Amino acid sequence: MAGQTPWQTTGPFLHFALPWKGAADLVGDSDLGARPDLIAPGHDYGVAHRFANRESTVGERIELAGRVWDNTGAPVLDYLLEIWQANAAGRYAHPDDTRGDVPIDPAFIGYGRCAGDKDGAFRFRTIRPGRVPGPGNTLQAPHIALGIIGPGFLKRLATRIYFSDAPENADDPILALVPEERRSTLIAVKEPGASNLYRFDIRLGGTGETAFFDI
Amino acid sequence: MADPVPYARDDERAQPPLKFAPFKASIVRAPGHKPIRVPHTLTETTGPSGVDVWEKLMGPAITDLTRQHGGEPLGERIVVSGRVLDENERPVANTMIEILQANAAGRYVHEYDQHDAPRDPNFTGAGRVVTDAEGNYRFITVKPGAYPWYNGHNAWRPAHIHFALMGSAFANRLVTQMYFPGDPLFPLDAIANAVPESARQRLVARFDLETTAPFWALSYRFDFVLRGRNATPMEH
Repeated sequence: MAGQTPWQTTGPFLHFALPWKGAADLVGDSDLGARPDLIAPGHDYGVAHRFANRESTVGERIELAGRVWDNTGAPVLDYLLEIWQANAAGRYAHPDDTRGDVPIDPAFIGYGRCAGDKDGAFRFRTIRPGRVPGPGNTLQAPHIALGIIGPGFLKRLATRIYFSDAPENADDPILALVPEERRSTLIAVKEPGASNLYRFDIRLGGTGETAFFDI
Repeated sequence: MADPVPYARDDERAQPPLKFAPFKASIVRAPGHKPIRVPHTLTETTGPSGVDVWEKLMGPAITDLTRQHGGEPLGERIVVSGRVLDENERPVANTMIEILQANAAGRYVHEYDQHDAPRDPNFTGAGRVVTDAEGNYRFITVKPGAYPWYNGHNAWRPAHIHFALMGSAFANRLVTQMYFPGDPLFPLDAIANAVPESARQRLVARFDLETTAPFWALSYRFDFVLRGRNATPMEH
């Protein structure tokens, strides 16, 4: 057995290297996700690394937006979020997902990144994922895996985003492992009046501390 | 379908805690509750994967950081190479490794970096490469400089290169830093010291005369070990 390589923080200078233009737009061609304003002139190598056809992704378009607060309630500005999700049919484009009867969507990878903007806000454009199998013969509610890295984070913080308008949440096997009074911290709330915007705030401590997962 | 084979968990003898008081920035960013242990489902055992996925996501590989601009950067040219393995010593093939670093003077191309050291118009310090079938990777870059930081009186970061590895699944992502052998700043560094002492030397590269390019560049070897898969299926 070889010993695990230890984690270390990304440091505060991640913006010139990790988030590319469009990293937070999984279904379109916007520049969402990057912070070119933080890169010294002449070093913005970040061409928009878009591939064709993303607009043809199957599924209901959604936006996820929110902010991050530290454990004293102060806004965190310099984080990087990463998301990973199934496609609209509930299929992951990965060899571990062997279900031949659930289609892969060639236009959709399911991975995105978003750096906090100058006010500490993030926004992803993606699709609502389908349901995927859980432990045993269970089925999970629609959800998106979320990681937070950045300066001050010695390791990634991992959690999940569920949806406020999903009745399947009641039977989700992973949500069931979260103390009931903390489950609401994992639910993105559909914005009243907006058709497809879900708000998801992340609190690193204090009242309403987000439930994080040891995965 | 059958439950996926889970990955091994963080080894507490190797991994830093979320809060390490000497690293001041960690104090306000560590959650109050211990993260909740959950079983690995398909969500955790999958991640971006496939021969063309990395280029689709991020664009083409950048393996020579000394050739991103019109001229060559100043500094000591080095080759950094190694393998990505899992704990079972199996190669992790076709996984993305991203690299970011300061230039030879210890300055980043970032507006937050106000250190009084020159930027180099010929050096950005960002790269990415996908491992081959045996888990090998290789970058050409310059040795980064040390620099001061705000973590108490007269604190300096040892020379280091940041690496971010996507791994084979969402579960076994790794973000880390590689240090250089013999650096007098390493034992003083609050970020390196967050790692349990028994595993701390795993963060230090090995100078390797064997792979040094004669009359051209010195060489450092650095292997990554990601969390591996358990031998037996998960129990419920």
